[in-house]
Amino acid sequence: MELTGAEILIRCLQEEQVEYVFGYPGGAVLFIYDALFQQDKVKHVLVRHEQAAVHAADGYARSSDRVGVALVTSGPGVTNAVTGIATAYMDSTPMVVISGQVPTGAIGEDAFQEVDAVGITRPCVKHNFLVKDVKDIAPTIKKAFYLARSGRPGPVLVDIPKDVSNHKTTFEYPASVAIRSYHPVGKGDSGQIRHAAQMLLEAKRPMIYAGGGVVLSDASAQLADLVRLLDFPCTNTLMGLGGFPASDRHFVGMLGMHGTYEANMAMQHCDVLLAVGARFDDRVIGNVEHFAEVPRRIIHIDIDPSSIAKRVKVDLPIVGDVKLVLDELLDVLRGSRQIPSVSDMSAWWKQVDEWRAAGGRMCYRNSSEIIKPQFVIEKLHEITGGEAFITTDVGQHQMWAAQYYKFDQPRHWVTSGGLGTMGFGLPAAMGVQMVNPGATVACVTGEGSIQMNIQELSTCKQFHLPIKIIALNNGYLGMVRQWQEFFHGNRYSETYMDALPDFVKLAEAYGHVGMRIEKPADVEAALKEAFARKDDLVFMDFRTDPTENVYPMVPGGKGLSQIILSEEL
Amino acid sequence: MRHIISLLMENEAGALSRVAGLFSARGYNIESLSVAPTEDPTLSRMTIVTSGSDAVIEQINKQLNKLVDVAALIDLSEGEHLERELMLVKVRAEGDAREELKRMADTFRGRIIDTADHTYTIELTGSCAELDSLLEKIGRELILETVRTGASGIGRGDRILKL
Repeated sequence: MELTGAEILIRCLQEEQVEYVFGYPGGAVLFIYDALFQQDKVKHVLVRHEQAAVHAADGYARSSDRVGVALVTSGPGVTNAVTGIATAYMDSTPMVVISGQVPTGAIGEDAFQEVDAVGITRPCVKHNFLVKDVKDIAPTIKKAFYLARSGRPGPVLVDIPKDVSNHKTTFEYPASVAIRSYHPVGKGDSGQIRHAAQMLLEAKRPMIYAGGGVVLSDASAQLADLVRLLDFPCTNTLMGLGGFPASDRHFVGMLGMHGTYEANMAMQHCDVLLAVGARFDDRVIGNVEHFAEVPRRIIHIDIDPSSIAKRVKVDLPIVGDVKLVLDELLDVLRGSRQIPSVSDMSAWWKQVDEWRAAGGRMCYRNSSEIIKPQFVIEKLHEITGGEAFITTDVGQHQMWAAQYYKFDQPRHWVTSGGLGTMGFGLPAAMGVQMVNPGATVACVTGEGSIQMNIQELSTCKQFHLPIKIIALNNGYLGMVRQWQEFFHGNRYSETYMDALPDFVKLAEAYGHVGMRIEKPADVEAALKEAFARKDDLVFMDFRTDPTENVYPMVPGGKGLSQIILSEEL
Repeated sequence: MRHIISLLMENEAGALSRVAGLFSARGYNIESLSVAPTEDPTLSRMTIVTSGSDAVIEQINKQLNKLVDVAALIDLSEGEHLERELMLVKVRAEGDAREELKRMADTFRGRIIDTADHTYTIELTGSCAELDSLLEKIGRELILETVRTGASGIGRGDRILKL
C-alpha cells in the first residue's frame, strides 16, 4: 500500500518510539499535521512560539536519554526555531527538527513563507537535509535520528517541501543505517588509556575536571567510581553539574567564572589534570595564557576530536565515548598494583581544604530585611530534597541556581550553557515535565528572561504541566547590571526593567496560581505551599535584592587565580 | 604556514557550502578552493589551500573531518605531493611584444591557445609559484585578464586518498 510522505514521516516517528512532538502548524506542514491527526501514537504538544517548541524538545532530551523532536512550518517557523536549534547545538542535545518547506517547484522563487532552511541552520546543526523525493523520507529520518544521538550528539534538521509530503510511495523503515562518511568513535585507544592511568597514579596534585560529556554519555557512575578509587578532587563545569554528586566530599564545586575558589585554585595549581567530556571554554578557564603559565600535564577524554587542543595544549588526548573510556581506565587502574602516593595525596588534600576554608568567606550575607536570591535557592534545595529537576534561564539567577542547588544526580540540571539563551527555562521545563510526569520540576528564572517566552504559560495550562516558576525578580537585567557596576563605572545602561507586569495577575490570567513574596521570613512557607500544590503551576515572584552580585567571579579575560571572592575584597 | 588539504566528500547539494561556511564561520583563510566530481560520481574531490599556525591547521583538519559529508581527508603538505594549477591569461600582444610573449610562453612551457589581432591567450599549468612567476614576467601593463583554477593536489606514489 502506498502512503503519502506525511504519513510516512509519522510512521517513521512511530518506529523511532517518539512519544511527543513539540510543534506549531502552518501552511507547509498541513499534510504532516493531517497525518498526525489521524493516529494517536505520536502525541503533539502545541506550543505558542516555535522557539519554545525547540527548547521543549531540548529539555525533553536532556532530562531523559531520548531524542527530542520538534516540528515547525516553513519561513518564520524555521527562523523562530533557529535560536532553539543553536542552543541545542552548543550544548550537544540529541534532537531532530522537522521543518516544512514550500513546494519544490516554488523553491528559489521567493515564495510565501519561503526561507532557505538548510542554509540558515547550517552553522548550528550537526547536519541537515532537504528531502526532494518522497522515497527519501524514511531513509533520511532514519539517518537523522542516528546522527542526532550517535557520537557527539546534536540537532539535525530535516526540511520537507509541501509537495513531497503529499506524494505517495510504499513505506519501509530501514532496519539499519550506515553513512560512509560518518564514523563516530566508541572505545578509546587502549595504549593511551594505559598511559593515562600511569600519569594519574604518578600525580602529586591531581584534579578531575568533568563536563557535560559525562552526562551525555551516561557515565556518572564510572566517574564517581574513578574519583573515589583515586581519592582525587573533582570539579564540574556548568554543563556537568549532577554528573558527579555535589554531596560527595571529593566534590570541590563548579569551576570557572562563577566557580568556587577551591575548584579554580585546584584547577590552576594541579600537576595532572584529567579533563572528561569538557572543552576548556572561555567561561571555564578564563585567560588561556594565564592558565598556561603554570605547568601541568593534561589528559583529555572527549568524543569530539575537535574539542581536543582547541584552546589548550593537551599532553595525552583520548578520543572516545566517555563512558567506554572510563570503563577501560577503571579496569586498568583496578588491575594495577599501584595506588596514588598517600603522603602526596594528603598534602594535596590539605591544600585543597585550605582553599575550601578560604573560599568559605565568600558565602553571601543573608538579610532579614530583603530577600537574598541565594537564600531562595538554598531553601528550594532544602524543600525539594535536592531531587527536583531544575531548568533555568540565563543570568545571575542561573549562576545562583548552579552554585546553591546541590545536584546529586545527572540530567536534573537543564540550562543553556553554551549559547546562553534567555527564554530557555520555561519551555525547557515543559519538555522535562512531559518526559518525567509526576516529578518535581522547577524553572529558576528572572523577570527579564521569563518574559522572553512567557506565552508558554498558555501551553502549560493546556497540557496540565505543574511547573514551579521561581522568578528571582530584582528589577534589573542583573548579570549585565553587575558587569556595568564592575567594568562600566556604574552606568546602568538599559538594564533597569521598568513597567514590569504584575506577575501574580499574569499567572492568574493564564489560569495558574501566582504568588508574590517580599520578605525573607515568608520564603520558606511560600515555597512549601507552592510545592504542596502538586497539580498546579505556581508562579512565584520573589522580590530580591537588586544590588546583589554573583560571587566569586573571575572577570572576563583574567586567570582562574585572579578570582574576586566578595564585595569586601 | 601554507597547507594544501585534499578531501573526498559526498557529491551532494550544499556540501560545498558546508566547507566554505566552516572556513568563514571560524575565521580560517582560504587561499584557493577547487572542487569537481571524481570517477565515482557520488564523490567530489576538493583541494583547499590555506594557511595558519600549526594549531589552526590542526583545528581546520578536525573541523573538516567533523562535517558529516566529508568522507576522507589528507593534509598533502605533510608529505610528498604534487600540486598543479591551470591558468588562462589574456595579454595585449602587439608589434614586437608578440614575439617576446611567444618566447615567454615557451620558456614556461605554456601554450598560446588563442590569437587575435591584438591579443594572445596563454594557457599554463604548473605550481602556483610558477604561475605567479609567469604573470610577473609578463607584467601588469600587458595583462588583460587572468583566470586561475586554484591548486589541485595529489600525493606522490603510495600516498592515495580513496574510500
